[in-house]
Amino acid sequence: MNNNAKFCATEEQLSKLNAVIEESKSVPGCLMHILQEAQGIFGYLPIEVQTIIAEKLNVSLSEVYGVVTFYSQFSLQPKGKYRISMCLGTACYVKGADKVLEEIEKQLGIKCGECTPDGLFSVDSCRCVGACGLAPVMMINDDVYGKLTPDMIKGILDKYREVK
Amino acid sequence: MTIQQLDAIRQAKKELIEVRRAVKEQGEKLAKKTGYRKQVLVCGGTGCTSSNSIKVIEQLEKSLKENGIDDILIVKTGCFGLCALGPIMIVYPEGAFYSQMTPDHVKTVVEKHLVKGGEIVKELLYQGTITQNGDIIPFAETAFYKKQMRIALRNCGVIAPEDIDEAIAAGDYAALEKVLTTMTPDDVINEMLASGLRGRGGAGFPTGRKWMFTKASESDVKYVCCNADEGDPGAFMDRSILEGDPHCVFEAMAIAGYTIGAKQGYIYVRAEYPVAVNRLNIALKQAREYGLLGKNILGTGFDFDIELRLGAGAFVCGEETALLRSIEGHRGEPRPRPPFPAVKGLFGKPTLLNNVETWANINPIIMNGAAWFANIGTKTSSGTKVFALGGKITNVGLVEVPMGTTLREIVEEIGGGIPDGKKFKAAQTGGPSGGCIPAECIDVPIDYDSLIAIGSMMGSGGMIILDEDSCMVDISKFYLEFTAEESCGKCTPCRIGTRRLLQLLTKITKGQGTNEDLDKIEELCNHMKSSSLCALGQSAPNPVLSTLHYFRDEYVDHIEKKECKAGVCKALLSYSIEADKCKGCTLCMRNCPVGAITGTVKQPHVIDKDKCIKCGVCMSKCKFGAIVKK
Amino acid sequence: MQKMINLKINGISVSVPEGSTILDAARQANIEIPTLCYLKNVNKEGSCRMCVVEATGARGLVAACVYPVAEGMEVRTNTEKCRQSRKLTLELILSKHKQKCLSCERSRNCELQRLSLGYNVDEDKFKGEDFVLPLDDSSPYIVRDNDKCINCMRCVVACNNQGIGAIGPIERGFQVHVGSAFDRPLAESPCVGCGQCVVDCPVGALSEKSEVSKVWDALSDPTKQVIFFTAPSIRATLGEAFDMPVGTDVEGKMVAAIRRLNPDYVFNMDVTADLTIMEEATELIKRIKTHKPLPMFTSCCPAWIKFVEQTYPEMIPNLSTCKSPQQMFGALLKSYWAEKNGIDPANLFVVSVIPCTAKKYECSREEMIEDVDVALTTRELARMIKTAGIRFTDLPDEEFDNPFATATGAGAIFGATGGVMEAALRTAAKMLDGDFKVIEFPDVRGTSPIKEATYSVAGITINVAVASGLNNARTIIEQIKSGEKKYDFIEIMSCPGGCVNGGGQPTLSDSIRNSVELKEARAKALYKNDSNNDLRRSADSPVIDVIYNDYFEFPNSHKAHKILHTSYKANKII
Repeated sequence: MNNNAKFCATEEQLSKLNAVIEESKSVPGCLMHILQEAQGIFGYLPIEVQTIIAEKLNVSLSEVYGVVTFYSQFSLQPKGKYRISMCLGTACYVKGADKVLEEIEKQLGIKCGECTPDGLFSVDSCRCVGACGLAPVMMINDDVYGKLTPDMIKGILDKYREVK
Repeated sequence: MTIQQLDAIRQAKKELIEVRRAVKEQGEKLAKKTGYRKQVLVCGGTGCTSSNSIKVIEQLEKSLKENGIDDILIVKTGCFGLCALGPIMIVYPEGAFYSQMTPDHVKTVVEKHLVKGGEIVKELLYQGTITQNGDIIPFAETAFYKKQMRIALRNCGVIAPEDIDEAIAAGDYAALEKVLTTMTPDDVINEMLASGLRGRGGAGFPTGRKWMFTKASESDVKYVCCNADEGDPGAFMDRSILEGDPHCVFEAMAIAGYTIGAKQGYIYVRAEYPVAVNRLNIALKQAREYGLLGKNILGTGFDFDIELRLGAGAFVCGEETALLRSIEGHRGEPRPRPPFPAVKGLFGKPTLLNNVETWANINPIIMNGAAWFANIGTKTSSGTKVFALGGKITNVGLVEVPMGTTLREIVEEIGGGIPDGKKFKAAQTGGPSGGCIPAECIDVPIDYDSLIAIGSMMGSGGMIILDEDSCMVDISKFYLEFTAEESCGKCTPCRIGTRRLLQLLTKITKGQGTNEDLDKIEELCNHMKSSSLCALGQSAPNPVLSTLHYFRDEYVDHIEKKECKAGVCKALLSYSIEADKCKGCTLCMRNCPVGAITGTVKQPHVIDKDKCIKCGVCMSKCKFGAIVKK
Repeated sequence: MQKMINLKINGISVSVPEGSTILDAARQANIEIPTLCYLKNVNKEGSCRMCVVEATGARGLVAACVYPVAEGMEVRTNTEKCRQSRKLTLELILSKHKQKCLSCERSRNCELQRLSLGYNVDEDKFKGEDFVLPLDDSSPYIVRDNDKCINCMRCVVACNNQGIGAIGPIERGFQVHVGSAFDRPLAESPCVGCGQCVVDCPVGALSEKSEVSKVWDALSDPTKQVIFFTAPSIRATLGEAFDMPVGTDVEGKMVAAIRRLNPDYVFNMDVTADLTIMEEATELIKRIKTHKPLPMFTSCCPAWIKFVEQTYPEMIPNLSTCKSPQQMFGALLKSYWAEKNGIDPANLFVVSVIPCTAKKYECSREEMIEDVDVALTTRELARMIKTAGIRFTDLPDEEFDNPFATATGAGAIFGATGGVMEAALRTAAKMLDGDFKVIEFPDVRGTSPIKEATYSVAGITINVAVASGLNNARTIIEQIKSGEKKYDFIEIMSCPGGCVNGGGQPTLSDSIRNSVELKEARAKALYKNDSNNDLRRSADSPVIDVIYNDYFEFPNSHKAHKILHTSYKANKII
């Protein structure tokens, strides 16, 4: 169990989650949708959230967990304030995306899939955001950075560090 | 909505759309009827929004206002195809094709071109539209567009996808009207069969037969599904259609619903496509408001509605049975077929599943007739195919060509060749399930069967161009990394086989491979092909088998000579300094992260190969080209 | 009439009902196709790819366990291509399998080993990176060694079929492994310990938590008086561990074998089955007469008890307070027996032999941790017998030791679903109406998941239900809660078919599992044992008379309550 961070949810988050569950409970195959919404509310899917979902949908926790761990978009870890998502799709790969990722890891001192201790950045890789014309591409939250080279990384990250 | 109301909408914006399709002179005439002196189309697809086309639109609105211009229409469209040069902006009726726009460029264009009596700003145009003697040609005549034939992408980059009226004016829902009012389900199936349309998702199964089978299954409830889980890394055809013309998918699904007897449709779309999801939601809302989805469509008594379901990052969900499992809210694990979804699919009911591009072909087939469609392309592969052209190619982007177009035409003409004067080595088609087409096959016409014959496959349409700097062993390793990560883990050959195959390939790229490993690789590939449960595992060895077939010598070089000619496999590289070129500037020494370089000022430096980690920093820093990798 | 499909398998013509699989059809042609993930009535996913065959009309190889037959199809099951594919599949599995085969408790009884031998595999062919997972021995009953797991998912299906869902597949691809949510230890999961996963595991990835060494230690400790007693169903299954046919009653050899392990006594747990009936029937009549919480549920199955405590705590008042026969026996020995013989209970070492993994959990329950020292599964006993060099099949028949040798047939049928109900009905009817003659209650026999019946005795109408398999128990509870059904007395056994099919019973090869109806054959042996017994009603047992006269006075007496009854507490786990 890699759930180091202490989970604390606000009343508002919990009531949002309950509303989502109540609204879609009767729709066949609703589990995925609820998990997606829940991740939107909490940023990740800790055991507490999955337990609520399992209880309300009357399915076993192991089934919920099985679904969560199957899909790469679901996260058991809290993400950074700035979520870096490096595209490792083919078009980006042949244009050197792996070297850019290496540089990001070096700059932040963390590996892909991790979050910096200060909670500022987390890094993940993804498969094709569809902006192949700009390869290699990364996204930081909703901002897209294209035609990247390793030496551009520090400057981009500093921009976010300054804002905090 | 009644048929009359639908027609009224169609007529209202007819000219507006026609301006964008007409040649210059006609367009100018038509423009007068529209009430707009000019129309400015800005691409709002993912490619261009990623390069800030939204700022372009904002600036455009602002500058027009500042210049007191109120007779110009701004249209945010879907993808024009030439993604590498985004953001793209086209001005009609003259058809001026501006590329790589920035807000500053916009100001210039407004002030010099869009003002009354303005002139095209030549230096901001896409250079492909300017001939050597300085004339401006319509972009449809440029090398990139000339050989293309846009059927599936007919409305992409032409209409504002968030405006259903434009979609209707451009022809969407006309086929649904025709089917519901003049055709029986059997008529539709016959038309589909006669068109020769084959599934654009990869396997190329005849669409008409799929429809026929699903219609034949007896059940009170049936479903129509759209596979929009475009997972092949480097492919974005489906995304562009969803972003540029979402209604054409709804329309086709409704036609299928009428044909097979289904009232409910599902679109399973990747969550990684936020723009597409957003457009789909907007379009869905509009279609329901207009009664083009829902109860009693066009007053014909036919009911059909569509629900969106989002994927969550699993390539295997592109496999049909896995996709259906995922819609049902489970782990996306495929199950053995038969029974096929046509018999037992979503929630155990007969289900018709086609991919986005297939759906995009339905309207033109119904409207223009099966014979028209069957005449396009080759005998066994009719129609066109959209490819996402990427990798080492000048014109990265989306192209739609008739089946049977040769790879040479795509690479050299449409794609504009390989950048930096490098040599074409191979094209990878079909992504992780496909194979490579080597330079010697560059004149093979591209259709389903000839690609299979040369050991590749059409796949969904990703086409990655590789040049001499691409190592084929590394490429197959890249794809195996992908499939190993994306294997669902259900069946043994794929769960363990992909991993073991990847390990063997890694061994080779590290220079530790043996000839015996090559035999094992082939044995394992054939095993996975014949014995895996689903198409993911069955086709995962394709990139390896096809590179082994065409580029075996590269594998052998890695094994026997410990050499990677393309200079990609790090473990086989070594960096050294050519003493005669080195000026002793110390730059490399100061930048080496591990202190592997020694030397004194103005004397040639030396790299200690034992210490060197082959990061390549020295090479990128050297101003004299003194550092070489071998 | 069902449509028949004609096809050829290896040239042999067969005709099978439409919808049959190639595997079904092959069996009819007396051809075995190797399987791993397939298990009749449990799992049918076509995922391991061992059963691949060539069939006309199919691309590539197809999985025989799921591929439907078609008219005119020609199937070949033993071509070079099939053999080669199966060999590679095995080699891939072995590349990720902890090869501790010599000391594995499933050695020589392992499906993977059987097949590997047949296909002449090279177990080191695809050596490579492993995915090492921790051994889970957190629970007192089941050990999971995921490095031996072959991902057949039979355990997951078994658990889901029980409606528990304590385990499931986690992650994807090479990383897929079976475990509880958040990879928590089994002990923290909703696992009830029924052990159906263990008996369905084709390899050594799942086993009971062995306590054999504790028993050996006690046997060689001169200060300990070691007492064995065996549960009703052991006589019907122990022989299987020595390759005897399923359904052979080996009571006599079982006693002889245990005696040769040199304990001080070998007793018959059927005695406390009878005692349980005395207590439970009395409790039932009392509840009916005083309108105390009804329906009353039986309480002899510890997995069922755990299930109620964690899933339906609101039903706790409906559970009979009687301890199970195992716990009653332990309690009886450490009180009555110890007092009578002047032994310090601390010097008693009580070993029960049970068909069950959850019984290990039961004796670890706080309220009755003193009663039984070790609970051995049928498999563990068989292993001890083998280790001791006892030639089981050649043993003479011997009898249990007095004073706890004689029991009634009602005790013997405890091991089959409906048995406890029938035993209770026999005695309760007699208690209500001294002239009641009926002994057999066929309505509650058989392996159907849920059985219902209504009986009238002495003017009282009793509605009863019997369910085996916890998913069926769930159905019954939901029906009661919704008011759809009304019962007075309900027997629940966690394992489908009851204890004869318990999680501690011998693991049999797939070829037997796929061709013999275990539950039926084993239950038959118990019903035969019952009908051969002159004593059929617990109330008629002379041993029971002695126990009450000597010690407890009468059923549900204050002393009986103190020693033979227990309590439960809610413990919600999801």
